[in-house]
Amino acid sequence: MKTTRRNFIKNTSYVAIGFSLVPNLAWISVNEQSSQGVTQQSRITDWLQILDDGRVRVFSGKMELGQGIRIAIAQVAAEELNMNVDFIEVKLAETSTTPNEGYTAGSQSVARSAMSVRKAAAAAAAILIARTAEKYEIKAENLYLKDGMVLSKDGDFRASFFNILDGVQIEEVVPENIQTKSKEDYEVVGTPVARKDIGEMVRGLPMYVQDLRFPGMLYARVVRAAAYDAKLTEFNKENAEKLDVKIIKVKDFIGVISEDEYQAEKAKIFLERDCKWDTETELPVEEFSAEYLKNLSKETENVVNKGNVAFKNNSISAKYFKPYVMHAAVGPSCAIAIFKEEKLEIWSHTQGVYPLRKTLADLLNLNEENIKITGVPGSGCYGHNAADDVAAEAAILAVENPEKYIKLQWTRADEHAWEPYGSAMVMEMEGSLGTNGKIENWKYNVWSDTHSTRPGGDKQNLLPSSFYNGTTAKRPKGYFGGAYRNSEPYYKIPNQKIDAHYFKGPLRVSALRSLGAYSNILAIENFMDRLADKAGEDPVAFRLKHLEDQRAKDVLKKVKEMTLGVELLESEGLGFAFSRYKNSASYFAVAAKVSVENAKVSVKEMWGAIDSGEIINPDGLKNQTEGGMIQSASWTLQEAVKFDQTHVSSTNWESYPIFRFADIPFVHVEVIDRPDEDALGAGEAAQGPSAAAILNAVYRATGKQVAFLPVNKNVSV
Amino acid sequence: MKEDISLKVNGKEYHVQVEPDTPLLYVLRNQLELNGPKYGCGLEQCGACMVLMDGKADPSCKIPVSEVVNKEITTLEGLISENGELHPLQEAFVEEQAAQCGFCLNGMLISGAWLLQENSNPNREAINEKLKRVLCRCGTHTRIIKAIKTAAKSKQL
Repeated sequence: MKTTRRNFIKNTSYVAIGFSLVPNLAWISVNEQSSQGVTQQSRITDWLQILDDGRVRVFSGKMELGQGIRIAIAQVAAEELNMNVDFIEVKLAETSTTPNEGYTAGSQSVARSAMSVRKAAAAAAAILIARTAEKYEIKAENLYLKDGMVLSKDGDFRASFFNILDGVQIEEVVPENIQTKSKEDYEVVGTPVARKDIGEMVRGLPMYVQDLRFPGMLYARVVRAAAYDAKLTEFNKENAEKLDVKIIKVKDFIGVISEDEYQAEKAKIFLERDCKWDTETELPVEEFSAEYLKNLSKETENVVNKGNVAFKNNSISAKYFKPYVMHAAVGPSCAIAIFKEEKLEIWSHTQGVYPLRKTLADLLNLNEENIKITGVPGSGCYGHNAADDVAAEAAILAVENPEKYIKLQWTRADEHAWEPYGSAMVMEMEGSLGTNGKIENWKYNVWSDTHSTRPGGDKQNLLPSSFYNGTTAKRPKGYFGGAYRNSEPYYKIPNQKIDAHYFKGPLRVSALRSLGAYSNILAIENFMDRLADKAGEDPVAFRLKHLEDQRAKDVLKKVKEMTLGVELLESEGLGFAFSRYKNSASYFAVAAKVSVENAKVSVKEMWGAIDSGEIINPDGLKNQTEGGMIQSASWTLQEAVKFDQTHVSSTNWESYPIFRFADIPFVHVEVIDRPDEDALGAGEAAQGPSAAAILNAVYRATGKQVAFLPVNKNVSV
Repeated sequence: MKEDISLKVNGKEYHVQVEPDTPLLYVLRNQLELNGPKYGCGLEQCGACMVLMDGKADPSCKIPVSEVVNKEITTLEGLISENGELHPLQEAFVEEQAAQCGFCLNGMLISGAWLLQENSNPNREAINEKLKRVLCRCGTHTRIIKAIKTAAKSKQL
């Protein structure tokens, strides 16, 4: 093979071509797609490259969000290539360099991206053997790979991957069907390999977008309007102007940049105090309620219609309410941008570098080819937070003030009051038992706003868009499917009717970890306990009676086993819940022990059992699951976004408190490994069931149901 | 008006030219180019910006730099000894894999180091108390509690 300039690479430089793994413009539905890796033709070199120092660089279109995807991807590559995991370097999402894998969302990183890397690495391994066999006339069956070398079994031959390839990357297409390593031979996959980035974190090494520094970098802040649809009426810049800052104003978009970050900070404070805005829409403070949201809805989508639901005076019913909840990243969003020679370059913690690039091209009238976005980890995001908004605002400032690196840091109030929240929801349940003591009829209605307004190419979804373009804030419907995610129970019930009702609520919303599944599962799983009570049965036994899938039964039995011997005081209760995320991903069962004293619920301890099919890294899976349980407990017990007539009033950790150390339950997680099953998405599996287990435990402790969240606002004992 | 200010950070003397009301955090990150302390809220509510001031963990995001000129400031970087050896708590965080996104780790490690200084064998209540200012959104708390206990044990050996 001839060495060409394009495919010859050195350790320090590489060329690769971004290809798409998702159908055109289907960003929004990416969450919903389920597949096991590579879905269209891609070359091996697009996924991995052999470096001249013996290491292998793997490209992933996914972002590290704290979920530990880097180590999982390194493990599958190391396994197929039979090499030490330390010799694998994982390059995260970057436009024009890594594969276009849409968004890092919907618990798809292992199930999809890691599986693509597995196939590409397996294909590379086969080609390395075949090339060696041909080149050195050694029988392929006498060759094997070890730590970046091809070796002969008789010990007479050894050569590095790099030498065998003559420094030329593997251009072959990843075949659709490829023999991957036999699972019995696994040495790396399925073991708790430690994440390398934690070693960097404890040393305070620069690794977040917030830590990037460039020569002559300027610091920026953006001035917030009074409300979502506010119009600037008085631009009073006199006080801010006295500071050492440059004020950038385009229509109603106002930003400040300075060589000194604190000056920019002060200018923002002055401008927010001095400018006057006209607000058109009044937010519904007094009238905001479950009924209010139900009355807002205009569209209905039937989700399930099975059998014939007919209640005969023997049904029970329940009504649930879930308020707006925020992502509330500990580190507010941040981005760095520079516009130079008509090219825009951005460093961002976005969940999707390619979709963001497309949207910015739309916002700024630039060609996509002239925008480069490099994904850099930020604070954990738990869904679509302000990452894309801050990148868009940094891009605007860069275009308006070219030639300089501009670092835009959102403040705590920016993040709390302007990020897109997880929608408020209302859920109504009705069900009845048949003569056999099993559930016969099931009716469920859910009311919700949309669950994803990711940019996906539409600039209207970016916060600065309406201010910068001088247009009215117009919020697209986005992805409503998330509203009824997991609305269908995983239990065998002959007659079911499930409807989802869409409303456009007062606050900006988008994807929050597990989307509507959190609310749907908490309603289903609390209602299962109520029906169990009506049937006079133990809630776990009642669930087992309605489950047909052995894996579902196994996680429930596991949790039951984990909680044997748990002792309860008078004021304490133990509740259980189960779900299979999306009814197609991980199985998760959970128990919560709560204590209720002086009208305050605290979660003392939680136990979870998860089955995610084949496990790449059991410790990573545990870590994600433990975190999901604690986060969900915080949402459930105490979180609700508050607003006044003008805007969100939850602007800091006092007006929107989340769990602190004294509040958290001690959590225990056990994983059930199924090496012969497909790897399933796991990152969101704990959210819904954990909430339900808490509600059920509150009932066991007090004999009273709490179905309106947050629990600690609505509990009365 | 900018002023010349001298600071003692991680055992070294630094001279910076900043406005005296600039919060210490901004000086640590922007002038001294340290990455340990993080900006989280600027309101002393989340603990992301924790540093040790004369041995005690405190937020650095509001306190004006001019008020800390006489204090010994230690950041996360300063917990590492000169020969590169990690503090036992840093070791324990790696061992317990006590992080997800890791953005809160600075506050956890600084507060935890302060705790272990004062209490070589802390129970859960002591941990809750000394780490109460630091928020974690990923829910890594139980691992952090384990890491502190692991470090306490390793120090006793």
